[in-house]
This record gives sequence, structure tokens and C-alpha cells, in this order.
Amino acid sequence: MKAFVHVALKKSVLDPQGKAIQAALAKRGHRGIGDVRQGKCFELQLDPSLSREAAAQEVERVAREVLTNPVIEEYSVRWEG
Amino acid sequence: MKIGVVVFPGSNCDHDALYAAGVLAGQQAVPLWHESEDLEGADAVILPGGFSYGDYLRTGAIARFSPVMSAVRRFAAAGRPVLGICNGFQILCESGLLPGALLRNAGLHFVCRPVYLRVEATDTPFTAACRAGQVLRIPVAHGDGNYVVDPPTLDRLRRERRVIFRYCGRDGRPAPDANPNGALDDIAGVASEGRNVVGLMPHPERAVEAALGSDDGLAIFRSLVQTLAAETALTVAG
Repeated sequence: MKAFVHVALKKSVLDPQGKAIQAALAKRGHRGIGDVRQGKCFELQLDPSLSREAAAQEVERVAREVLTNPVIEEYSVRWEG
Repeated sequence: MKIGVVVFPGSNCDHDALYAAGVLAGQQAVPLWHESEDLEGADAVILPGGFSYGDYLRTGAIARFSPVMSAVRRFAAAGRPVLGICNGFQILCESGLLPGALLRNAGLHFVCRPVYLRVEATDTPFTAACRAGQVLRIPVAHGDGNYVVDPPTLDRLRRERRVIFRYCGRDGRPAPDANPNGALDDIAGVASEGRNVVGLMPHPERAVEAALGSDDGLAIFRSLVQTLAAETALTVAG
């Protein structure tokens, strides 16, 4: 059981790295790519002895309290296995 | 008076801060190890600049969970003076001891140069010996100094006069190139609600002797000494 936590800057926060990537893509001639936002992804391997609910609760807590700074970032969780 | 300087793995301005507070400001300055909750009876605590825990996760994000920060949180809650410089400011924001967050510099570059700072409020332990509006020339050296807060918090900070330092031109006025990182409202430093916790991105401890290009940073350390001395005088009188 694996959780992928995707953390990115909130839409209301300017992402200078995303902007730089967007500009570089345009310069390279890539077409049709609008806004680019850079984020990060954490892969959490969960102990198989945990129930699905307990694992989900723990991952939410970790994502909210540690992996994300709520002032500037938001997160989403995707599960595998 | 005793001034404690916290040493995290990756701190690199701890010795500069110890030198400024100890040798130049004439106080007893002691390093405080991050794994200890013992502040060794310090009267004030400085969180120095550097790259604590390699800036992993986010700047200041891991330092926030170190044992010493539990003690610093209690110390701050008791109204004692805490100063965060650069990475120390980032740690204070991550810890929730100061509002806001520090994003990657708007220009994406690590910026290392002297800047001008306007002292916006003198009723903090770290600006008590300054004049309101005084301009200090102090270096910045950071990649993540772009201060942000949500609009309601910014309103509140302005209303409560908790913006303590702003980037400015040499004459103290706003100037187009004065802000090195894109910080909101030219904010270089803020204070807590109780005004005893202050964080700033520029490095006063790197501007403490003429040989360093400026000794304007001494004003911050002198302010702290003056504040602590006034407290001691009150305690003795009381």
C-alpha cells in the first residue's frame, strides 16, 4: 500500500519556478502549453498491517502537518495497491 | 546577560552571531545544541542563518521539530526575546511563531549583497536602540526570502505595526531595485503579536565592524542589550 502525496503552491501564490519553466518551454518552441506549476511528490510506503482507514488518516495528518506549509501550499493524495 | 545562539546541523552564521552578541555587544554568548531542550538560562535566544537540515522539505521545515524548538516555543510564549535571522526567520515562520512564509526569490537567484533597511518600529527588543525610520545597511544572502502572507494577515500586520523592517533605498524611501527578493510590501522583517519574537531575512551579524563594510547591524544587538539591561534594572528596583 503506497500513498503519493502531491504538494504544490496554492493557485493564489505566484510560482516563479513554474514561470521560468514555462518561459523555457516557449523558447524551445513547445506549443500549446499554458501555465506551468512546479510541485513535489512524496511516496509513502505504508505498513501492510495498518487498515486502509488508519493509513489514510495517518497520511492525511502527515501531509497536512509536515509535508505542506498551509500558508503557501496545498496537497492531494493518490493511492496505489 | 546571557544570549543563547541555537546551533542546528547546517547552521553557518552561528559563530558570527556569537561573536556579535558576545565579543562586540559584551554579553555572555553561548551556543545551544538543537538536540537539547535546555536553554541554559539564556535571557534571549537567536536562531542564526544557514541551511538547517540542508533546507530539506522546505527551508526551516525540519528544524521546527527539533527538541530545542519546543523550548524556544515555551520561551517565546513567556514573552522572552527571540530573534530569527535568515534561516532563523524561516524556522520561526514554519514553527508558527511568526506569521507568513518565505518563498523562492522572485528572480530565482540566490541574492547576496548589501541592502538598505528601514526600521519601522522601535518597540521590540531588537530595535529599541534604533530611531524610527532609521536606515541600516546590512547584507542579505538567501535563495528563499520572498515573504508572503494572506491579505487579511497583511492588513493585521500593518494595523498592529508588526512590520519591523522594510527594504528601501539609501534615503529610506521605497526604490525600484531595493527589494532583493520580491517580498510582499517590501517586508524584510516582522514581529509576533507580543512583539518579543522578531524575524528578518538580512544578516545584522554580518555588518558589525567597519572592516565588514558596515557596522549598522550592531544596532540590533545593542537594542537587545539595552532591553535586557532595562529589565534587570526594573527587577532590581522592584
